[in-house]
Amino acid sequence: MYSDKVMDHFLHPRNVGDLPQADAIGEIGNPADGDMLRLFLKIENKTITRIRFKTFGCAAAIATSSILTEMAIGKTLDEALLISKDDVATALDGLPADKMDCSNLAADALHQAIRAYLAERV
Amino acid sequence: MERIYLDNNATTIVDPAVRDAMDPFYCHMYGNPNSLHSYGIEVRPYMHQAMEQLYAGIGARDEDDIIINSCATEGNNTVILGFYFNLLKDTRKKHIVTTQLEHPCIRESCRFLEQHGVKVTYLAPDHDGMITARMVKEALTDHTALVSVMWANNETGLILPIKEISEVCKERGVYLHTDAVQAIGKLKVDLKDVHVDYLTFSAHKFHGPKGIGGLYIRNGASLPPLLHGGEQMGGRRAGTVDVAGMVAMGKAMELANTHLAYENTEVRRLRDKLEDALLKIDDILIVGKRELRTPNTVYVSIRGVEGEALIWDLNQTGIAASTGSACASESLEASPILTAIGADRELAHTGVRLSLSRFTTEQEIDFTIYTINKAVTRLRSFSTSY
Repeated sequence: MYSDKVMDHFLHPRNVGDLPQADAIGEIGNPADGDMLRLFLKIENKTITRIRFKTFGCAAAIATSSILTEMAIGKTLDEALLISKDDVATALDGLPADKMDCSNLAADALHQAIRAYLAERV
Repeated sequence: MERIYLDNNATTIVDPAVRDAMDPFYCHMYGNPNSLHSYGIEVRPYMHQAMEQLYAGIGARDEDDIIINSCATEGNNTVILGFYFNLLKDTRKKHIVTTQLEHPCIRESCRFLEQHGVKVTYLAPDHDGMITARMVKEALTDHTALVSVMWANNETGLILPIKEISEVCKERGVYLHTDAVQAIGKLKVDLKDVHVDYLTFSAHKFHGPKGIGGLYIRNGASLPPLLHGGEQMGGRRAGTVDVAGMVAMGKAMELANTHLAYENTEVRRLRDKLEDALLKIDDILIVGKRELRTPNTVYVSIRGVEGEALIWDLNQTGIAASTGSACASESLEASPILTAIGADRELAHTGVRLSLSRFTTEQEIDFTIYTINKAVTRLRSFSTSY
């Protein structure tokens, strides 16, 4: 059901935990719906320099959160905003169709965090 | 890697003695029992023996019928749909009472009948996950023709008060069907003590093979066949009889009853050991008092740990369990039982069922306890809600 890459990121999630004094926080989902993701970003010179996450969710939710942190780190905010759900799924060598929306919340959380960060600075 | 199987409410290993019993019917005794030649004739005594084992196994009497079919889903569909064509369609009695706990093959059959004007009441369990006889009694109306309540719940293992429910139904002249797939092999099922009109079972739930099941019909009552065709099963279920499966199911039923005491002592002891260890984890919920459950089942919710994630962690170490909660392989919904008993919606996504059998060992339980503790620590370490 899951690719080896999904299982790798589920079993060995990268960049987990809190990030004290984060510059931006994205939070998507609801534990009542089964999946919730909280993403913490450190941003310097409009570039994501550090990223951490916490997730309540299934294996796909954990894996998508994990791989997103690897995809986003080092990217400028404009570049990070271009990361889509499909990009995340592709990076994991695919996700089951029924997991695409319910468990692939990572890109949405990233976009939310960046937009909130930019909005504060307008 | 040695694997550990704790998903026995889904299906069970075929007992080696059952496998031995069925083997000849694939190899050299493969005749069609309806054939007139020696191949057909030689298998018939074994079919009769299997029927006797099934009759004895559930306490059926001579005047009762047991129809051999493919599974409990077929049996349950036969009862619900057959009841419609037999009775509901042409009378004012167009009401069925069932529960929210039933297997989808009951729920979906009832929903299908709702499209044909049948009214269905789906009883919600109480805060202990239980359906009571009083709930059934209060749901009955003058239009109720059938009550369908499972004998034991597949998720929680809770044993429903089927004897009390049967008394309510008998008193009101309402037919009672029970899906007993989770009861046989774990509890004494004796229809001399309990007035049930229809009962369904499936061999693979009690260490028989998949693809063979049975439908008990009290006093040979009329019920239209689901499958039309030849005169097999006295015209009540067409299709060539699966002799090997039938022999296997008879043997499995006999063995299941032989091992009932072991199920209720040793299997129960191992289940309780596992449950006691789970109770040492903070913030967990185990559904139903253990003395009210089948001896092999524990259904646990662990706050902060989504059910599917825990299942995958266990699977990595070779432990097979199951979840009826969020993001299960074929269901994205929260557990209906946890929702029904009033667990908050987050907790309703964390349910995991561990179900043992008489083949489960102490070492397997010890390793499972160790692994669950490790997995909970890991998953909670990055959970948003813990």
